Amino acid sequence: MATMTETIRTKLAQGLQTSRLDIVNESALHAGHAGDDGSGESHFRVLIVSSSFEGISRVERQRMVHAMLKDEIAHRIHAISIKALTDEEYNRM
Amino acid sequence: MENIIFERIKKDIETNDVVLFMKGTAAFPQCGFSAAVVQVLSQLGVPFKDINVLEDAAIRQGIKDFTQWPTIPQLYVKGEFVGGCDIVREMFVAGELQELLKEKGVSFKNAA
Repeated sequence: MATMTETIRTKLAQGLQTSRLDIVNESALHAGHAGDDGSGESHFRVLIVSSSFEGISRVERQRMVHAMLKDEIAHRIHAISIKALTDEEYNRM
Repeated sequence: MENIIFERIKKDIETNDVVLFMKGTAAFPQCGFSAAVVQVLSQLGVPFKDINVLEDAAIRQGIKDFTQWPTIPQLYVKGEFVGGCDIVREMFVAGELQELLKEKGVSFKNAA
């Protein structure tokens, strides 16, 4: 079975033209805390750099990502931190 | 049922300039993401109403449906959804949150 990291990668790569896609599983940092279901796949942080975000507000960018990961966020992921940038914004960082 | 919850949420966000739907309270957040938003608001010195979703399962689900946003915390300013933890932090660092508060006429202590 695919790991959650792989599932997130596959779904985001299908839905967006990404020039950079980093996915970090931070579940170990939250072991024993609220939201840790013992799966080791509860807390994630993603950086998405995509031309698809051009001209789109922060809220709408996150809504796009939420929609692509709807089932995962509803049922399996306790927390996901999302940084959604255009190429230009990323290069300025 | 949903209507009653939505009405309650509407009333809260319309009668308070800044509302944070969060896990725990401003004095005692029970989630790192909620705590991070409280910290930003405290640094700005902006008064806000905290609504603890852990105390009310109907609000906990209701606010997700109302905003169409799947996670907590959620920040509202003058009845308008601003974002969750990631967005609030990004906006704060970029100075955009301060701009938004000024635009909306919400006074806060630490404008600089």
